[in-house]
Amino acid sequence: MMSESQELYQALIMERSKAPHFAGRPEAFDAQGQGENAMCGDRVQVFWQRGGVVRHEAHGCAIMTASADLMAQAVAEKTPSQMTALRGAFEEVVTSGRENPALGDLNALAGVAQYRSRIRCATLPWVALAEALKEGQVHG
Amino acid sequence: MSVREFNLDEIRKDFPILAQQVHGRKLVFLDSAASAQKPRAVIDAMVHVMEAQYANVHRGLHWMSERTSDAYEAARDKVAAFLNAQAREEIVFTRNATESINLVAYTHGRTALRPGDAVVVSEMEHHANLVPWQMLRDAHGVELRIAKITDSGEIDWESLEAQFADGKVKLLAITHMSNVLGSYTPAERLVAFAHARGAKVLLDGCQAIVHRAVDVQALDVDFYVFSGHKLYGPTGIGVLYAKRELLDAMPPFMAGGEMIESVSYQRTKWAQPPHRFEAGTPAIVETIGLGAAIDYVQALGFEAIAAHERALTEHGLKVLAGIEDLRVLGAAQDRGGVLSFTMPDAHAHDIATLLDRQGIAVRAGHHCAEPLMGRMGVTATARASFALYTTREEIDALGAGLLRIRQMFK
Repeated sequence: MMSESQELYQALIMERSKAPHFAGRPEAFDAQGQGENAMCGDRVQVFWQRGGVVRHEAHGCAIMTASADLMAQAVAEKTPSQMTALRGAFEEVVTSGRENPALGDLNALAGVAQYRSRIRCATLPWVALAEALKEGQVHG
Repeated sequence: MSVREFNLDEIRKDFPILAQQVHGRKLVFLDSAASAQKPRAVIDAMVHVMEAQYANVHRGLHWMSERTSDAYEAARDKVAAFLNAQAREEIVFTRNATESINLVAYTHGRTALRPGDAVVVSEMEHHANLVPWQMLRDAHGVELRIAKITDSGEIDWESLEAQFADGKVKLLAITHMSNVLGSYTPAERLVAFAHARGAKVLLDGCQAIVHRAVDVQALDVDFYVFSGHKLYGPTGIGVLYAKRELLDAMPPFMAGGEMIESVSYQRTKWAQPPHRFEAGTPAIVETIGLGAAIDYVQALGFEAIAAHERALTEHGLKVLAGIEDLRVLGAAQDRGGVLSFTMPDAHAHDIATLLDRQGIAVRAGHHCAEPLMGRMGVTATARASFALYTTREEIDALGAGLLRIRQMFK
């Protein structure tokens, strides 16, 4: 039963939503951004530190929380422009459902493409990250 | 009233969509409170109009137009009888309940209510019975007051008394059944309460009308609104019932053809109700479809429908109670088959997506009742809602699906 849905709610997603590796507000950060989905009340805050350190505080569904965590993992040590490029590639994966070998664990979210209403859950942390990067540029 | 035995197997055959599969599984449709499925009788009635008996209404002098006008007006008679209205002229066709409420807010609201008067709504309103009154408040200077509900999802009478205490309330606009909590409100008592304090009452009957017989004369309610699509009818057709003297005093909502008696460049004389409120070509096919839907539920009779749904609700509550840590919102004494719930760790959207993969359709989100979500201390819930075609087995399937989800998220 539920084999297909487990493609989306696979072990990595469940694991990262229950016990994220990159959660928590750091003591020091250079910029932050927020994402909010009024439809369901999902909320995420993303903290960016120079040098490519990203942390998150996610309150919402499993897809959004796992996505925030996998994002923080994927953008580690990346420059802001590399992060922006990664966001584009990730959005392509979750809207098309086609995995991108360059994206590693982020491909775990490819299954979200089948659920149009849930794509927003997967992309919300990236919206928050973009906001943080914008703030980082202005002030940094 | 009932002329047909309540045989669930036969009833399910009346709804062609129930034979569909979703993701390779039998469809378990538990989202009827959002919009109900349509019986063959409604589909056939609508196809028949378009194939055999269609023209514009109230305009043509030709045979087709006259026959179509007859069928359209026959639907009005059916709605009038269905609600036990005193007269057919008290039935106004709209697009949906939302439009019906807006119609009342824009016409009655701006003429019968004066700046300084107050409108009361409850904490468990659909946005459709909140936002029009906020707009009236902002445009017309009336006050909008919110009557509290109890934790179990019932009217807090103390709070209601307090809202009415200064005598400024001229309208109580309140749900007849919550689309989130499933609570019925005691309509008769509410109407008597408001009337004794000089206020009119509008009941949002979107949910209630589907599950029990409504007698507007017995309730003595001033305005009653509902949508066709939740009552097994088509979308695009809604109803406003209003007492004749209220409609007589109300100016038109929209202007155009059909709503006038005579037009010149100097002066236009409005038509009498209900046509005064039905500007432009109406939803002819949909209105006739609504008539067929009313025939369908009346043939089964609300006694049998309510008995079936009561058993489903009891069963549903029992099944949900068997799932560890699951919280059902509200615990009203008088509640119907609309069950909203939350599970720790599993977000409502995760629940809905995972159930969907098993062919089970539930709704998730704030259900167009954001203030109520805040009142109940949640941001979103999953909601299973039952209809006359729902089976015990479908509720068991929901329970089994939820148990699996519980395991995954534990």
